[in-house]
Amino acid sequence: MNITRRRLLLLTPAAAIAWKYVLASTPEDAPNYKVSEHWWGMLLDITRCIGCGNCVRACQIENHVPDGYFRTWVERYHVSDWSFDNPKVDSPDGGKNGFPAASDSSGKNFFVPKLCNHCKDSPCTQVCPVGATFDSPDGVVLIDQTYCLGCRYCIQACPYGCRYLHPTKEVADKCSLCYHRITKGLTTACAENCPTGARQLADLKNPKDPIHEFLKTHSVQVLKPHLATGAKVFYNGLDGSVR
Amino acid sequence: MRDFKDAEHLFRLLSVFVVGLIAFLLLRGSMVPRSFGQYGHYRGNAIAEIAASPISFAGHQACETCHSEIVEQKLKGKHARVNCEACHGPLAKHTEDPGSVTPVKLVPATLCIRCHEANAAKPKSFPQIVSAEHAGGTSCELCHKPHSPAINTEAGR
Amino acid sequence: MMGVDGFMYPNEIELQWSVLIVLYPYLTGLVAGAFILASLERIFRVEAVKPTYRLSLLTALAFLLVAPLPLQLHLGHPERSFEMYLTPHSSSAMAMFGFVYLWYLMAVLVVEIWLDYRRDIVLLSQTTRGWKRLLYRVLTLGSNNISERALEIDEKVGWFVTLVGIPSAFLLHGYVGFIFGSVKANPWWSTPLMPVVFLFSAMVSGIAAVLLIYMITCRLRRTAIDMRCLDTVARYLLYAFLIDFSLEMLDLIHRIYEADESFRSLDFMVHTRLYVSQVVIQIVLGTVTPIALLALTQVVKMTAPVRRRIYAGASILTLIGIFAMRWNVVIGGQLFSKSFLGYTSYKMGFVAREGLLTAIVLTLLPILILGVLLKLLPPWSERAS
Repeated sequence: MNITRRRLLLLTPAAAIAWKYVLASTPEDAPNYKVSEHWWGMLLDITRCIGCGNCVRACQIENHVPDGYFRTWVERYHVSDWSFDNPKVDSPDGGKNGFPAASDSSGKNFFVPKLCNHCKDSPCTQVCPVGATFDSPDGVVLIDQTYCLGCRYCIQACPYGCRYLHPTKEVADKCSLCYHRITKGLTTACAENCPTGARQLADLKNPKDPIHEFLKTHSVQVLKPHLATGAKVFYNGLDGSVR
Repeated sequence: MRDFKDAEHLFRLLSVFVVGLIAFLLLRGSMVPRSFGQYGHYRGNAIAEIAASPISFAGHQACETCHSEIVEQKLKGKHARVNCEACHGPLAKHTEDPGSVTPVKLVPATLCIRCHEANAAKPKSFPQIVSAEHAGGTSCELCHKPHSPAINTEAGR
Repeated sequence: MMGVDGFMYPNEIELQWSVLIVLYPYLTGLVAGAFILASLERIFRVEAVKPTYRLSLLTALAFLLVAPLPLQLHLGHPERSFEMYLTPHSSSAMAMFGFVYLWYLMAVLVVEIWLDYRRDIVLLSQTTRGWKRLLYRVLTLGSNNISERALEIDEKVGWFVTLVGIPSAFLLHGYVGFIFGSVKANPWWSTPLMPVVFLFSAMVSGIAAVLLIYMITCRLRRTAIDMRCLDTVARYLLYAFLIDFSLEMLDLIHRIYEADESFRSLDFMVHTRLYVSQVVIQIVLGTVTPIALLALTQVVKMTAPVRRRIYAGASILTLIGIFAMRWNVVIGGQLFSKSFLGYTSYKMGFVAREGLLTAIVLTLLPILILGVLLKLLPPWSERAS
C-alpha cells in the first residue's frame, strides 16, 4: 500500500490527536477522563465466541501476564444431556492457542470466556488486610502492587478463580479491565482483539453505551449470582451448566 | 497512699506500655503513605500509577487514521468488524515510529485456521471449514483476500 | 496438567496456602488451649491443676513467640507486613492479626507472667551473677517491692488480667476460624461453626500439649507426677473433646443432609484425596481413639501407671489429630475446584521456604524456647535438678 507525502501531511495532525489519547499517562492528563463519569463493566456474548483464544493472547501481551497464569481464559463446555450437573469442561492452557477438535460433538457445545467480574460488592477487596486491592470510583477492581503483601487472602476469596500470585513479583495479580487503556478512551485488549465482537467493554454510566439497549432486549446472566457479588460482567446466552 | 508505694511497680509497667504506644503512633504517622485514604481504603496515587502503564495495542482507530483505504476494503466484506491488531498483532510501537517499526508478515495457514477451523463448540452460523478437506490444502489467500474474504466480489480478486 | 483430575479454573491449580498456613492456626491453637488450662485454676478455682499453672503460661508464651514466623515466611513481601499496623482494613479478619497478637502477647500473657513471677524475678535479680543478673534486673523494671501488700495487689491485678485473657485467647484463635469461615467462595470453609470448631480443637490440643509437657518435665526432674492434677487435666481434655467432636459431627451431618451444590464434589474429595488425613488420622486415630481411651479411664478403675500411659498416648494422638484437622481445613479447602468439577494435588516441597522441613523446624522451635524459659523462669519453687 502506498502513502503519498501529501496524504501523510494531512493525516499527521489527525494521528497526533489520536496519539494524545494513547500517550496520556494519567486519567487527569487524558483529555476529559473524569473518574466519576464512568462505571465500567463488560458484555460477553456466548452466542458469538468462537474460542479462537485471541483475547487470551492479546491480554498476555498487553499486560505481561506470565505463562501458566491467566488474567482471562476461555473454557469449552460439552453438555451431553438435559442435566446441568455433569458438563465436560476443558481449557487447554487457558484456551490461549485455541481448542483441539473434540471427540464428541453431540449435545450442546460452546465456549465461555472468563475474566475478573469487577464485582460491585467484591469479596476480594473485603478481605484484603491492608487495602492493596480496592474498588476504584469508576467501578474497576484494581491491585496496588507496590502495597500488596502477597498474603493471598484475596485469591482465596474470589469465587471465580480469576486471581493468581504473580510468580516473580510475588504479589496478587488479575485482570485490571485494561485500566491503563480505558482511561485513555481505548477499549480493553481482549475486546480490541476479539474478531467476532463477543467481548465488549461497557460503560454502565454512559447513556449512549449500547449495553443499555442490549440489557433491555436480551436475557443476560452473571456468574454465581447466589453469592451476591454484584458482578458487572454480563453473559448473553449463558447455559445453566456453566460454573 | 500506702497502696501507691506497693503498686508503684504497676505504674512502671504502665509507663512502658505508654512509651511503646507513643512510639508506635509516631512511627505510624511517618510511615502511612500520604495519599492513603484519598478515595477509599487504599493509596490514592495507585489509580494514576496503574493508568500510566504503557500500551501494546494501539487500537483500530489509530490504524484507521493512516490506512483508510484498507478500512474501505474491509467495510465491504465480512471482516468489517475484525480489528486490525486481531490479526496483525500489537502495533502501538508502529504508530509511534511508523518508518522503522513494521508489522510482521503473517502466515495465513496458522492465522486463518485459528478462527476458521471447524469445531463443534463454535456457533453453527460461524463460517468454519475442516482445513484438511478444504480446497485440497492450498493457501487461504489464493482465493480469499484477508481484508475482504468473500470470493468473486469486487475487492475479492 | 500434572495432578489435576477433571476441570479446575486455570488459576486454581496451584495451591496458595501451604503447610505453613496449616501450622499457624495449630500454634495459636496451642497457645489458646494452654492459656485456658491456666485460667481454669486462676478464674474457675480448679485448684487441682495448680501444678500446671505456670507451665501452661510459659508454654503459651513459647508458642506465641513462634506463631508469626510461618506467616512471615509465607508472605510474598514480608517486609511490608508492618502495613497491617499502618492501614488495617477494618472489613478484613486478617487485619486484626497484628493487633490481637500484640494485645494478647503484651497486655495479657507477658503481664500475667510478669505479675505471677515478680517475686521470683526480684529474688533472682539479687542472687544470680553475670548476664542473668542483668536480665532479671531489667525484668524487675527497677522495682524491688515484694512486700505482702504488693504481692496481694499483684494477685488481684493478675486475676483481672486472666479474666480479660480468656476472651482475648478466644479472639486470638477464633479470628483464624473466622478467616476461613467467612469466605463465601469456598464451601468447605464457609460455615458459622468454623470459629467455634477451631476454638474447641485448640483447647483440646493445648490441654493435651500441657499434659504431655507436664509429664515429661516431671520425668526429667525426677519428681513425682501429681496424679490428682493429671487426672483433672485429662478430665477437662475429655470434656473439651466431646464438645469438639459434637461440633464436627454436627457440621458433617448438616452437610450430608442439605447436600447443596458443593456436596458431591466435597464428598468425593473426602473419600479419595482426603481419606487418609481426614477419616483415618483426624477422625479415627485423632478423635475417636483418644476419646475412647480417656472415657475408659473415667469408667474403669485403673492404676496410676496405666492411667499415665493412657494419658500420654491419648495426648500424642490428639496432637497429631488436631494437626490433621488444620491440614484438612486448609489444604482440603484448596484441593477441589470452585467449579465443583475437578481436583488438584498439593505438592509440598521439603527444603523450600514453605516446605516440610521449614514446618518441622518451626514446630520444634517453640519447644527449644520453652526449654530456655523453663531455665530462666522455673515454674517450680525448688531448684531445678
